Amino acid sequence: MTWKRLLSRRWMKIPVFLLGLAPVLLLAWKAFHQDLGANPIEFITHATGDWTLRFLAITLAISPLRRLLGLPELIRFRRMLGLFAFFYGCLHFTTYLWLDKFFDFAEITKDVWKRPFITAGFLGFISMAPLALTSTAGWIRRLGGRRWQMLHRLIYVSAIAGVVHYYWLVKSDIRLPLLYGSIVLLLLAERAVAAFRKSRVNLGAWKSGGGNTASISKPRASSSAR
Amino acid sequence: MLRYSEVTPKDVYLNRRRFLATVPLAGAAFFTTRASASAKLTATKGPFSTDEKPTPFQDVASYNNFYEFGTGKEDPSRSAGKLKTSPWSIAVEGAVAKPQVFDLDAVMKMAPLEERIYRHRCVEAWSIVVPWIGFPLNTLIKVVEPTAKAKFVAFQSLYDPKQMPAARYAGIAFPYVEGLRMDEAMHPLALLCFGMYGQVLPNQDGAPVRLVVPWKYGFKSIKSIVKIKFVEKEPPTTWNLSSAREYGFYSNVNPTVDHPRWSQASERRLGEFGKRKTLMFNGYGDQVASLYAGMDLRKNY
Repeated sequence: MTWKRLLSRRWMKIPVFLLGLAPVLLLAWKAFHQDLGANPIEFITHATGDWTLRFLAITLAISPLRRLLGLPELIRFRRMLGLFAFFYGCLHFTTYLWLDKFFDFAEITKDVWKRPFITAGFLGFISMAPLALTSTAGWIRRLGGRRWQMLHRLIYVSAIAGVVHYYWLVKSDIRLPLLYGSIVLLLLAERAVAAFRKSRVNLGAWKSGGGNTASISKPRASSSAR
Repeated sequence: MLRYSEVTPKDVYLNRRRFLATVPLAGAAFFTTRASASAKLTATKGPFSTDEKPTPFQDVASYNNFYEFGTGKEDPSRSAGKLKTSPWSIAVEGAVAKPQVFDLDAVMKMAPLEERIYRHRCVEAWSIVVPWIGFPLNTLIKVVEPTAKAKFVAFQSLYDPKQMPAARYAGIAFPYVEGLRMDEAMHPLALLCFGMYGQVLPNQDGAPVRLVVPWKYGFKSIKSIVKIKFVEKEPPTTWNLSSAREYGFYSNVNPTVDHPRWSQASERRLGEFGKRKTLMFNGYGDQVASLYAGMDLRKNY
């Protein structure tokens, strides 16, 4: 109960926001103190990429955690966490555009087409953009809840593409890509299980005559199984 | 001009006090065990040195690919410290008139040590400039007298899971093996290397003895060598076994042949912001291009 109350507090968004900002602040601190190792640009590339993937996983974890912990209040933080994933994705992409390719767009286009790991990373990043753009209450209204929800399932594409991007990038030690892959898979599997259960419950309610078509679709429409 | 080998490396300088303090305890043992990675190694100026600015020692000693000690760039500098580099012997065998097991000290006395400042280009598109200390590999080869059957030289690194617990997660097979064609191994640029920056090799850089083949990608320059075998057929090499389409036997630095996953046209010199154009044979074309006359380097990547 205390958790529920704490998570409902208006100010709770402030510590979550600061925590989300912490990795980039730490990176800036290290850069300022020339503490990024022998290859600082690689360090920045890896750090921003890692945090993109982590925030994607954290965002994807919100819905399962709401169900498993019985904490629907967690929904309040999902948009912010998703936007942090996009934020770190932007930093990661900018590092690539600027510090790796120095805005050589001919080379970049070639890279995106020719190199599968770049293609996957690019796909993951691009898929996040419409979600960030339509993350406001106004856009939910304009699109309608259901269509908005459909669109925002693009985060599955982002997360999977992100893991594939990582897996194709490493030379031989695949432990970390596999770890991220397992987490994303688990988070998606929980959704499948939840959706399956819900359909059985609805079907049961319909069979026992306790419902009609409206009651089948209604819980779905209000469902947060994203 | 002041050379690197004449400058006391900062580490040695800083460790001197510690060293002096340990003398009463360690006594003479210190000198025979080569326990300190920063023990000094003197050398005369050798040929083929670039006049480019050497990469800071700290970078070369903390940014390493040495998968036996972990796959992160900073893992080897953290965990290779415990590698026991003395006593050390190198077994030289195969198609030679005089196969034998050399003690490292005996090998180091085969020729005067030279300092050579070489460019070093990693297949991952970063590069460094290092003042290595050693002598041509062909010195050792001539000692064992290869027979007519010796067409290739196979090298093997130490693999001791007890000293290298991280190796099991590396995703490549050990012991690490590499190879050169006989004419490549005999080339005066190919260095048998014992030190860098005026001191013995830090463990993470391949102590106590490694190869330096500056016109090839870094992974060809095998570290911590325990075996050299002269063979008739092209020997297997570790990264080629791991992914044949990504890493060929020759692996000459070549800006026109991309790695399947990234471009090899340019490289990032550690310590520099921008990127440099990668040079054919890493800039050693005048010396080595003739070795590959008539060969299709796209096929023999």
